[in-house]
Order: sequence, then structure tokens, then C-alpha cells
Amino acid sequence: MGSKKGNTGSAATATTLALFLVALTVFTVYIFVAKPIWSWFPPAINEIGHEIDRQFMRTLVITGVVFVLAQFGLAWVVFRYRTRGQRATYSHGNNVMEVIWTLATAILFIGLGIYAQRAWAEVRLKPAPPDAMRIEVIGQQFKWSFRLPGPDGKFGKYKFEAHPEQEFTRDPWVVDADDPDGKDDVILGPGSVFAVVVDQPVELLIRSKDVTHSFFVRELRLKQDAVPGMTVPLQFTATVPGEYQVVCAELCGQGHHLMGTFMKVLSREDYAAWLKDMTAE
Amino acid sequence: MTTHAGAVHAHEAPQGFIRKYIFSLDHKVIGKQYISLALFSAFVGMFLSLLMRMRLAWPTMKLPFFPDGILPEQYLAMVTMHGTIMVFMVLTTAPQSGFGNYFLPIQIGAADMAFPVLNMLSFWTTLLSLVVLMAAFFVSGGAPLGGWTVYTPLSAIGQIAGPGQGLGMTLWVIAIAIFCGASLMGAINFIATTLDLRSRGMSLMRLPLTVWAWFITAVISLLAFGVLLAAGILLLLDRTAGTSFFIPGNLVLTDKVIPHKGGSPILWQHLFWFFGHPEVYIAILPGMGLASHVLSTFSRKPVFGYRAMVFAMSSIAFLGFIVWGHHMFVSGMSPYVGLAFSVLTMSIGVPSAIKTFNWLGTLWGGDIKFTTPMLFALGFVSLFVSGGLSGLFLAQTSIDQYLHDTYFVVAHFHLIMGVAAIFGIFTGVYFWFPKMFGRMMSDTMGKLHFWLTFVGVYAIFMPMHFIGLAGHPRRYADGSGAAYLASMDPVHVFMSVAAFVTIAAQFIFLFNFLWSIWKGKKADINPWQATTLEWGVPSPPPHDNFAGHEPPVHRGAYEFAVPGVADDYIMQTTPPEKVAKA
Repeated sequence: MGSKKGNTGSAATATTLALFLVALTVFTVYIFVAKPIWSWFPPAINEIGHEIDRQFMRTLVITGVVFVLAQFGLAWVVFRYRTRGQRATYSHGNNVMEVIWTLATAILFIGLGIYAQRAWAEVRLKPAPPDAMRIEVIGQQFKWSFRLPGPDGKFGKYKFEAHPEQEFTRDPWVVDADDPDGKDDVILGPGSVFAVVVDQPVELLIRSKDVTHSFFVRELRLKQDAVPGMTVPLQFTATVPGEYQVVCAELCGQGHHLMGTFMKVLSREDYAAWLKDMTAE
Repeated sequence: MTTHAGAVHAHEAPQGFIRKYIFSLDHKVIGKQYISLALFSAFVGMFLSLLMRMRLAWPTMKLPFFPDGILPEQYLAMVTMHGTIMVFMVLTTAPQSGFGNYFLPIQIGAADMAFPVLNMLSFWTTLLSLVVLMAAFFVSGGAPLGGWTVYTPLSAIGQIAGPGQGLGMTLWVIAIAIFCGASLMGAINFIATTLDLRSRGMSLMRLPLTVWAWFITAVISLLAFGVLLAAGILLLLDRTAGTSFFIPGNLVLTDKVIPHKGGSPILWQHLFWFFGHPEVYIAILPGMGLASHVLSTFSRKPVFGYRAMVFAMSSIAFLGFIVWGHHMFVSGMSPYVGLAFSVLTMSIGVPSAIKTFNWLGTLWGGDIKFTTPMLFALGFVSLFVSGGLSGLFLAQTSIDQYLHDTYFVVAHFHLIMGVAAIFGIFTGVYFWFPKMFGRMMSDTMGKLHFWLTFVGVYAIFMPMHFIGLAGHPRRYADGSGAAYLASMDPVHVFMSVAAFVTIAAQFIFLFNFLWSIWKGKKADINPWQATTLEWGVPSPPPHDNFAGHEPPVHRGAYEFAVPGVADDYIMQTTPPEKVAKA
């Protein structure tokens, strides 16, 4: 170390490493800016989706600035302070600087975290509006099925809910025949597509018959695990008609990657026609 | 200041091959045993990732032993075993049990660990765990397919849940429970050794940051592995004894009602991540300590903000225990709890940022020598920044609803917990190899290995963020289930090719490592002109390290470029009157 040869080698290595770090940073930023990443996101179809996109952008700008400064900073010190026979500065640190960057990052990061809670509170903490369309979503290996409450707006009880004292040896997931609420329920069996009405609030009631699944629609920017033994609500209002891919996002077995279906967002008239088709079958 | 008779007790070097190399009580042999175990496991885990990348890029390609191509259930078994082997057998063993065992006693001036027999037991228990885990590949049904997080009830209800969920899954739980026992034994030993066996003059604030990192990691291990052990036992009972800790009622699979009721699937997630999140820091903290150590050594400059570094590592360890819920924002857990976990998680970015600033501060004004270990330490810093910043997206409840369980998460944790931690391990190998084997590794091969690996890992994991942003779920055997995934196939092919090159580069490392053990250039006692105690004993160190003496320590670990001193470093053991003036 410290020989003439070592110094030449260190110049080459320092320059290469600095250039690589700069290239990496420029290229990463280029992908985000010139070929915008939000063109990779499909457009959001609900207000919360747009708010999540805005929060994503705020986070991207802040982390982007830190990313560029840190990688450029590393590239700079590596190049500037490569060994050229100099003696290093003797310093054990600087407490004022420690305090400044601790406070700065604390305010920035925690502030961002608190700001993000607005969209979360909107979806997760507020109860669904009373006029929300309620749809039960049920995951099972490796299909989705759905249930609509029918004109009475009430779901009938399943056998295991109506008679919790009985142990069932046969399928407990059958709507209890004695429950009047269940008479008009519309059941869309495993593998079905489901539909919602555009601009109408929707509350999904997500459950699972077997293992944990996860309901995910990219355009809604929402995901919710379907947990056996629980019913978890998820609310949204879709504002753009269309057909959107539903996938399973929680590993549920060998057919996990095939567990997809579609969510149709329809006008009120189209929905009525669709529902008629479904009940006619 | 602690002194202890244990620091000077000289034990006899054992005679005979078995006592010396197999059932050895010597911390250095045990350290090498751990490193060998991790090296073997790393190549197995890497081979699995090779097969996974084959499947993802070319789903139907026929391969030897896979006449119909890799089946989805086989792909998922590889996902599970790759994750398990890498997290437990590589990232937990190499940086902590491997290097920690070998160098912690020497760096504090002790003759051995506090409990040598316990130390030997913890290695052999770890090996047993590895054997049981590997056995899962060979039993009927094969290895489990539920991922390394083995979420219940998929992992709790047996064969009916899918291939590998029978005996393979039972072996998995048993292996992990054994591993927990081994880690607990190791943790106790590390804590006792650091507190009790420090040499005269080795105060806490003179400890090398590597020792601080191992000590803090041991405390985390002690608190985290106990919880995983309990969770594993409960899961084993659910699987074999008919209990229902994690299985609710009325589950129906293939028209069969599962005879369990009353359990909670989310309970498993809480217990698992109470361990699982601190585990991330178990993997990365030793790398952080070593990066600080090596950056200081090769920039010939004291660590910038030593106390701040100790403080940052301690707060990461503390905060690491109260953020586990950020893995569970969409799990069905109360959304109010998610809110709290989110803000706590954002705050863990603060000590991480302090560390990054201090690393840059250490380099600033230095006299940087670009040795192979230094390059890996610099790579560690770059990867830590890249991998850490994506965590700020995932820590936010609202954004995580979109990104959870996508490839964005896979890219995030591979960069920070996988690759950055592996760079920490490589830093350790290249830095300490001369001390461990008395020979230098080839610098040319080392640098080639660095460049291919550094460029390679970025080529694999940077594009992976983008398919995650586009909503590609993880743990998918292929993209055939959704039309939008097909457009991402070219990215998969690119990542696979980058992975093949990176994997090939690891054989340069393996060759360099094995070749240098026998054929490397002879190493001096202190080839890096470093300051800590291991560089004052012969390479390799004798059986009892300090020949029965307790080396007195006169100063902190990072006295480089001290004004008025001839050399640009002063060893911790050099008495003040022996320091040559400029």
C-alpha cells in the first residue's frame, strides 16, 4: 500500500467506481423521469387511488433526492479522497452535524409517514356510507366467488353461523335455508366475474373458506387479505367503467398464480342487465 | 472497566484430529465451521435461485431432473427453501456466528468464548437443523411450498393444503425450532463473553464497532428467537397433536371440513414477524459494524461519530422490536394498529440515515486505499442506501396497500437484507482471510469478483422494482394467470440473464477462496496496517490467542492519522511510550 503502482491502481479503481455510481443514479432517475413510472401504473379508477398516487409521488421526490445525494456523495468522496500519498484528516466526528442530520431526517421521514395516514384513514377508518353496495368476496384454492345480498340488502346466514352449536361434517358454507334474509341472495360461484356500479360506493366483505388469500385490483390501488375465520371490509367507489383484473396476492398453494378473475365497473343500466343475466342462469 | 480471570486462563491445545477439528472447543475452529456451513448453504440457496430464474424466464423449458419443466409446486418449494436457507443458514450464521465466533474473543483480548462447550453445542445443533431442513427435499411430497414465512393455515393443516405441506412442512418446523435453540445458546455466549472477558483497558467505548454489532445482534437474537421457538412449537402441535392455535373453524378444502376450530391465522403472523423483523437486523447489523470498521481502516481515518454509531445501532435494535406490524398492514389486523406501526417504522429510517451520513463522514478527508474488502464495504454502503430508501414507500400504510406482496417488496429486501448483508460477509472474508489462514487472497480475482457482483446485483434487483410498481405479485410461478403480467416477461428474461452472470461470478470467489488457503501469498501479521487486537497476534492465531497473557489496551479502536505520530495508525495494544513520534 502506498507504492507508486498502488496509487495508479487506486486512481483507476476510484474513477471506475465513481463513474458506475453516477451512471447507476442517472439511469435510475432517467427511468423514473423520462419514461415516467406512473405510465407503468395503470390509471387509478377511484379517488383514493389518485390520493395514493400523489403520496407515492411525494415519497418518490423525497427518496429520489436522498438517493441522488447519497450515491453522488459516495462517488465524490471515493474519487476525491483516493489515495495519492496524502495523510487523512484526524477527526472523530462532529456533534453539531450529528444533531442536524438526525433532526432533519426525523422530521422528513416521520412527517411523511404521518401525511400518508390521510388516505389510509379514508379507506380503513371511516365506516362505509349507508348506501354502499355490499358484496361478499370469498377466496378458496384457487378461485374467487361472490355473493350479493339481493333486493332486501341483507345476507342470509351460512349454516355454521346460523347453528354455531352444531358440528358440521358436510359443507358449512351453504346459506341456511331457514334464514329469510338468504332467500334472495345471489351467489356467483367459484370462478365467477363480479360487477359494481360506476360512481356508487361499494363495500366488499372479504372472507376465505380455506387458507389466506389476498384480493388485489391494481386500478383500485387496494389490497386486502382474505383471512379464514374473519370478515374484513374494504370500501371504494369506482369512477371509470371497464373490466379490471383481480389477482391473488397472498401465497395460497400451487395454483396461486392462476387465481384471477375480473371486476366489471358498469353503468346502472348495464349492471341491471348483467345482474338479470346472472340470476337467470 | 471489567477484568476477569477468564481472560487469561490458558487452556491446553487439544491433541488428535477429532478434538481439534471436529468436536472442537476452540472459538476459531467453531467460527470456521460456521463459515463452512454458511458457504455450503449459500451455494445451495444460490442454485435454487438459478432454477427459479429459469422457471420465471422460460416457464416450460425442460431441464435435467425436470422432464416436464419446473412445475408450479416445485417452483414454490424452491421459493420456500431458498428463503429459509438464505435467511437462517447464511445471513444469520456467517456474519454473526461465523466471524463473531472467530474474532469477537480476539478483538476483546480473550483466550476463548465464555462457554466453549456451549459454543460447540450451538454449532452442532445448527448443523443438525440444516440436515433436518435439507431432508425436506427428499421426503414424499417434497419441500413445503408456503414460503419462508409459512403463513397459517396453509402451513398448519397438512398434506391437504398442497404438495410438500405434509412431512416436508413438519421437517421445516422441526428444523427451525432446532435452529432457534442453537441461536439462543450462541446469543448467551456472545453476551457473556463481551461483558465479562474484555481485556484490561478495553472499556465499552474502546470496543471495535464490529464487537458492538455482534453484541447488539446477540441481544436481539436472545429476545427474538425465543418467540419463534414458541411459535414453531405451537405450529408443530397444530400439525401433529390436533390443537388449533392458528386454525379457525369451518375450513373446507377439496370438500373436506378441517376438524379444527377456534384458532387465529393472524396470531401466527404476529409471532412470526415479532421474530421476523428483528431477524432483518440480525442479518444486517454485523455487516454495518464491519463496514464501519473496514471503511475506517482503509480510509486511514477514525470512524466519524463513533458514539453516534453505537447509539444508532442500539436504537435500530430497539425500534426493530416495535415495527413488526408493517408486514401486516393488509392482513386484517386493526387499521388503527397499522397506523401506529407505520409511524414507528418511518422513524427507523432515522438511525439508518445517521449511519449512512457517518460512513460518508468517515470517508471524507480520508486517504482511501481500494483493496478488495474496501470495495465490498463501499458496495455495502451503496446497496444499503438503495435498498433502504424503498423501505420508506413500504412503511406507509396507504402506499403499501398497492405494493404489498409485489416484486417491489422482493427487490427491497433482497437489496438491503440479502445483497447488502452478503456484501458485508464478503467484506469479512476478504478482510480477515489473511488472519484466518495466514495467506492473502488474490486481489485481482477479488476485484473481478467485486465488479461482476456489484454490477450484477443492481442489474437483477433494480428492474425488479419496476415490475413491482406495475403490480406484479410475488411468488407467482409464471405470468399466465393475468394478461397484464405477460408484458413483463422481457424484464424477467433480463433479470434471469443478469442472475446467471452474477451466479457464475461467485465461482471466481469460491476458486479464489479455496486456492488461496493453500497457494495464496504468505500474509504478514498485520497486512492492512490495522489497529485492533487480532492484528497483533500471529496469522493464524495460536490456540489460546494471546499465549496466556492478557493484552493491555491503551486506546480506542480507530486511531488513524493521529497528528504528531510517525505511522498513520496506532494499534490498541501499543503502549503510549512506544508510539513513534513523527
